Amino acid sequence: MARAISPQRKWLTTIAAWIVAIVIFFPVLWMVITSFKTEASAVAMPPQLFTASWTTENYADVWARSDYPRFFMNSVIIAVGSTLLGLAIAIPSAWAMAFVPGKRTKDLLMWMLSTKMMPAVAVMIPLVLAFQALGLFDTRIGLVLALMLMNLPIIIWMLYTYFKEIPAEILEAARMDGAGLWNEIVYVLTPMAIPGIASTMLLNVILAWNEAFWTITLTTTKAAPLSAFIASFSAPQGLFYAKLSAASTMAILPILILGWFSQKQLVRGLTFGAVK
Amino acid sequence: MSTHSTRLASRLMVAPSVLVLFVWMAVPLAMTLYFSFRFYRLLTPDRSGWVGINHYKWFLNAPEFWLAMGNTLALVGGVLLITVVLGTLIALLIDQPVKGQGALRILVIAPFFVMPPVAASIWENLFMHPQNGLFAALAQGLGMQPILFLEQYPMSSVIGITAWEWLPFATLILLTAMQSLSSEQLEAAEMDGASSFARFRYIILPHLTRAITVVILIETIFLLGIFGEIYTTTQGGPGSASTTLPYMIYKQAIIAKDIGRAAAGGIIAVILANIVAYFLMRGLGRNLDA
Amino acid sequence: MGKIQLRNVRKSFGDVHVIPGLDLDIEDGEFVVFVGPSGCGKSTLLRLIAGLEDTTSGTIEIDGKDATHLPPAKRGLAMVFQSYALYPHMTVRKNIAFPLKMAGMDKAEQDRRVERAASVLNLASYLDRRPGQLSGGQRQRVAIGRAIVREPQAFLFDEPLSNLDAALRVGMRQEISELHQSLKTTMIYVTHDQVEAMTMADKIVVLNAGNIEQVGSPLELYRNPKNTFVAGFIGSPKMNFIDGAEAAKHNAHTIGVRPEHITVGDGPWEGTVGLSEHLGSDSFIKVNVDGIGVINVRGTGELDIHHGDRIKLAPAGKIHRFDKEGLAL
Repeated sequence: MARAISPQRKWLTTIAAWIVAIVIFFPVLWMVITSFKTEASAVAMPPQLFTASWTTENYADVWARSDYPRFFMNSVIIAVGSTLLGLAIAIPSAWAMAFVPGKRTKDLLMWMLSTKMMPAVAVMIPLVLAFQALGLFDTRIGLVLALMLMNLPIIIWMLYTYFKEIPAEILEAARMDGAGLWNEIVYVLTPMAIPGIASTMLLNVILAWNEAFWTITLTTTKAAPLSAFIASFSAPQGLFYAKLSAASTMAILPILILGWFSQKQLVRGLTFGAVK
Repeated sequence: MSTHSTRLASRLMVAPSVLVLFVWMAVPLAMTLYFSFRFYRLLTPDRSGWVGINHYKWFLNAPEFWLAMGNTLALVGGVLLITVVLGTLIALLIDQPVKGQGALRILVIAPFFVMPPVAASIWENLFMHPQNGLFAALAQGLGMQPILFLEQYPMSSVIGITAWEWLPFATLILLTAMQSLSSEQLEAAEMDGASSFARFRYIILPHLTRAITVVILIETIFLLGIFGEIYTTTQGGPGSASTTLPYMIYKQAIIAKDIGRAAAGGIIAVILANIVAYFLMRGLGRNLDA
Repeated sequence: MGKIQLRNVRKSFGDVHVIPGLDLDIEDGEFVVFVGPSGCGKSTLLRLIAGLEDTTSGTIEIDGKDATHLPPAKRGLAMVFQSYALYPHMTVRKNIAFPLKMAGMDKAEQDRRVERAASVLNLASYLDRRPGQLSGGQRQRVAIGRAIVREPQAFLFDEPLSNLDAALRVGMRQEISELHQSLKTTMIYVTHDQVEAMTMADKIVVLNAGNIEQVGSPLELYRNPKNTFVAGFIGSPKMNFIDGAEAAKHNAHTIGVRPEHITVGDGPWEGTVGLSEHLGSDSFIKVNVDGIGVINVRGTGELDIHHGDRIKLAPAGKIHRFDKEGLAL
């Protein structure tokens, strides 16, 4: 924008924007600060923004007491596994809907999205029973499947909108050039859609990482990811603020960093192509 | 625009996703429907049998049900209102030529990456706690009594926490949409004598329609099933003050251990969700480029 | 060899009959142009020949063999798309080599053919760039290069020049004509621009609403249009059509006179000049002729006529006569 704006106004808006941003970010910041305090200074009144006694012992404590690496690995496996499996099912599906649309394509997409509106709690008991019967309860495979299915509509939608941006003529050119369906997808569609596929992956890793209903309902110990780990920590209300903060920081930090690095692509993907 | 062979291939390629989604939806739904007509309590496993529509009657007659409906509506509506309005204002602010826009975006998006149990427990413990929370300290500093957020205003508190989680989503989508508006349009409007409010009302806001549509659609999908935030903070209380429909079902299943009743509630919730989905998809689907 | 025969080819999308049924013969080595207004089915016809769409009924023979149900890749045709459809993630070299790679040709032969195509098309210094770094004309050449390396039986062009600016278009038009002269391969070229059709074609196929209105050489169409549609479409500026009493004098329902077949000076028609455009080489004049209406005239460049002048006109070339249905008499 080449609009003329007075320097004063620029400074005023800059200050206002930063105040708003810091207010929004503050809870996260406060959590990180608290995680480095002693328990005593964490609950001190009046609250201390800076404490005299910085410590990392909360992290050591949480690490020692809670088997964090196992929860972490479970989170990684479940988030990445469900995303990759989802992509494998979604890429052909989105290809078909984007490039060979029928009269019912839009309805089909809407139906897929509407399956996400079914409240999870409503079908919780049957699913727990079904998972137990199939031997999937409290297993990583079971959670990979559940979260894949939960996010599949979103994956398909996102890929669909990215694929739609690829001109059909290019795929036709590939067909004229002698590429079969497989070569068309491998050599032309996928390389062209890589930014879209990457941002779809990222968003779904984040959604799966942060999912906190099925991960808690369908696990007990073996396959429990970080969401279950944190739920077990939040029980003692008003106690162990520093340790709670340390555990929370450990639970969100990996995804927060991943998200920060990829926020531009994420926002684009999240809009389902409706916002350019 | 295609040939028979590509159409056939496309059907084969759509099939797996449709099949798994259908199974994922239909099997639990069928089981829930079955349970909803059965006597099925975990505490009395020896008793069983058909109960007809008694569970449904119980649900619809429970005073808690209408409260839960109201709470669900308040949660979805409240969060949508807060995030869209505040999101638009914040996006307008950040869209100005401010210094450090990239860093601002990073700060603003952070809450979106915080998992719901963490978000809820930070707010509950570090901020809203009546003795040790930051808000209590603030109130004391101003010489007031600490506000008992989760006891006195449980629903508003839950709405506030959820809105904080979803504000970044709304803000960034609206910001992206604003940045795609050509400055020539705004300059033309300025030449035509439009005030800054008129420019917002007649140029920017219409341009944001699609973005707002997306925000409403996606947020509603996630908000209808909000659970973790309530579970971590108020547990639906005090009493039933912050019980939403999903939470009421959860209480029947896990606390009362009455699977039959919970299933009936589940079916009611599914029907309501479908009604919402129908109107949402019809009203908003037009705006989406499907 | 690239002889293509269409027999009773039909194409419908649901209830919409884009091509209600059509026969056409294209001889080996011919440069055939499909021309018509937008929506006339010319692109659909090209896509049917390419195999990108199925025919609803009828047969397409390429080189004497039935190709109606062959997939595009098996038809031995190459296509240049309107948007060029280059692969943005591949270098120019890889773009041109792609059909060869798909055909499983060995690497050395691929390189040899790419180099040769690049030198013919003046692309040698761009081979390692990506399409995004090229100008419109260069992209167009890459698209042509990708088509010629396969040594196809026929080339299909789908409005290939419509994304270029006017000056470049004339240059590319000549290059494609020269390419045809050196390769002597069948080319089918779709355009809505009758100038392209007139300048490039051996044979023009005029399409309207999915039907062939007329097939013939450019001059044949210019001299003897079969109906008012072809008469109006071929030639620029457009032919003047006159109904009523004036036409009755010639024993026709409508008569057509081309603007270049009218002389200014003395004559039976008198009118007032509305608009006069002086291009230096020519002058285009709109005259409001008494009792007839607006007549377009193409005169010499030096014609000193301006808005408001009263002038007299005379038809001085062929007068085309049409009946009530618009067919030539």
